[in-house]
Amino acid sequence: MTSMLTRKRFLLLLAGYGLLSVVILAGAPFFGSESLGITNITNSIFFHIPHVDTEIFFYQRIPRVLLAFLVGGSLALAGSSLQVVLRNPLAEPFVLGISGAGAVGAVIIISVPGLSIYFGPFSSVQLFSLLGCILCVGAIYWFARSPLGVSMTTILLAGVTINILCGAVIMLVRYIVSPQLLVAMDRWMMGGLDVVGYRELSALLPLLLPGILLLFLQGHSLNQLAFSEEMAMGHGVNVGSVQKQVFLGTGLTTAAAVSLAGPIGFVGLIIPHAVRRLSGVDHRVVLPASFCLGGAFLTLCDLFARTVVAPTEMPVGIITAIIGGPVFFRILLKRSRNM
Amino acid sequence: MDRKILSVQSVKYKYAGSGWKLDSTSFSVAKGEIVGIIGPNGSGKSTLLKIASGVITPDSGNVFLKEKDISKIKRREIARILGYFPQNTSGHFDYSVQEVVVMGRFPHLSGAGFLSPHDINVVEQCLIRAEVIQYRGRYLSHLSGGERQRVLLASVLAQEPKVLLLDEPTSALDMQHQVKFFTLLSELVEEGMGVGIVTHDLNLASFYSHRVLLLKDGKIIEKGSPKEILSEGILKDAYGDGVAVIPHPTTGIPIVLPSTGLGARKVKES
Repeated sequence: MTSMLTRKRFLLLLAGYGLLSVVILAGAPFFGSESLGITNITNSIFFHIPHVDTEIFFYQRIPRVLLAFLVGGSLALAGSSLQVVLRNPLAEPFVLGISGAGAVGAVIIISVPGLSIYFGPFSSVQLFSLLGCILCVGAIYWFARSPLGVSMTTILLAGVTINILCGAVIMLVRYIVSPQLLVAMDRWMMGGLDVVGYRELSALLPLLLPGILLLFLQGHSLNQLAFSEEMAMGHGVNVGSVQKQVFLGTGLTTAAAVSLAGPIGFVGLIIPHAVRRLSGVDHRVVLPASFCLGGAFLTLCDLFARTVVAPTEMPVGIITAIIGGPVFFRILLKRSRNM
Repeated sequence: MDRKILSVQSVKYKYAGSGWKLDSTSFSVAKGEIVGIIGPNGSGKSTLLKIASGVITPDSGNVFLKEKDISKIKRREIARILGYFPQNTSGHFDYSVQEVVVMGRFPHLSGAGFLSPHDINVVEQCLIRAEVIQYRGRYLSHLSGGERQRVLLASVLAQEPKVLLLDEPTSALDMQHQVKFFTLLSELVEEGMGVGIVTHDLNLASFYSHRVLLLKDGKIIEKGSPKEILSEGILKDAYGDGVAVIPHPTTGIPIVLPSTGLGARKVKES
């Protein structure tokens, strides 16, 4: 894809990705372990005939689909901008240890049942995983901003180390706590989207919306950074400020996503690469397109998770990892061949 | 009116890691001149250029761009006056030639950064002037090092700067394109631009510069016209033995040759 991004092309591409999102968002709520009758639902809406299908549709399926979409979109958006700022195609919230740090926060709170309290719509589990994520993003930023530039390989390795450390902390907590708490922990660790109603969903928005907006605004500058940082400065980009805004934006979005859905891996890795293949490397498109495609992808994964082993369901984190692992390897191998 | 566009005044810089430092250094670039910056490896040429372009901030001293302190000007505004051509550019994502040249319009764009007909025209002119228009649709990774350097020049020119700072822009160019590159710089300078260029090619510096700065160990040890600076005595101070200077057969401009090597040994032996 070598043609220049004109306003027309930009709008066309966005319309395409937008349409895909709308189709999936509109279709997904109709599928699940219970098959819903469309006529029952339309009857309820237009003729006020109450039906259990309508209840399921509006109070379970729609919030869940919306959550899947927002979480998938946020993770993919965070991944696509981190890959540019950290100059590494493997960067994404899960690989960098952000999700792991969030998990540590959550697991610690789950291990002390007395601490499970609600602050408005937030549970203490969410708040602590939020804290974990933000600490981790802060640490990565602190590493990355060193003026002579810590090599980005170092940051990736630091992420791996953080992941191992978090794994150790989680095992330690598991070893100490009483066995009946392990189930709750495991469920959280595997990532799931089954926890929500509108209340929890709307509680995410104050974090998600500013984060998403902040990242979307960086698209034009990120192109310059993706090409060359020194050249970007020469062209008039305030590189330091863009980096700061990207870290703040990814911190907000991933923290919000992880705190509610648990660590869901690889969405942030696969989707941005798929988008760049599909519609080029102009980040004015890559960022919103990653959000749309990431959202659509996780919605589909979740759909699969709740239908394939019906009437029970599978944690969605398992599915994204099974798809994402091989993709990660592929990129890794391709990269090592290029070096 | 002062013709100086860029003025670097007693800047010092120390690298935290290695402890290497640039001693108090001053130089300026005026309209209509090419300033050649030469010196052995590790003498501080690139550091000086980065400071002059505001990419790194000096520990002390000031840089003035059109008489304004560069540290107080927004990057976009700097980029509308000053074009910086870095030595190292390695993108992780592959852009096409045209996309890279369009990036040079960044300081003139706002919002989502779509191009106006005027912007497209400027990009077109830059593609033509740097002789890369034939590659416009190709990816940068598919070009040779020399072709890539010409694309980067086009990208910097698209900023429509008043002063250009170039860090070894011709290191990968063949002879013909080196001459073309410097001829283009001469034309730009005639149109009123100021150019500061770091180069290892002493002959090109000699042929095309109005003034030459010679750096060694983080200090400017000599400055003056090419005829003054490119003498055996002065060059040996900076580069050690092994350089010979002779006048060009037709123009009389000093040219620099190696004084030792296999050929020289054979001459001595016979």
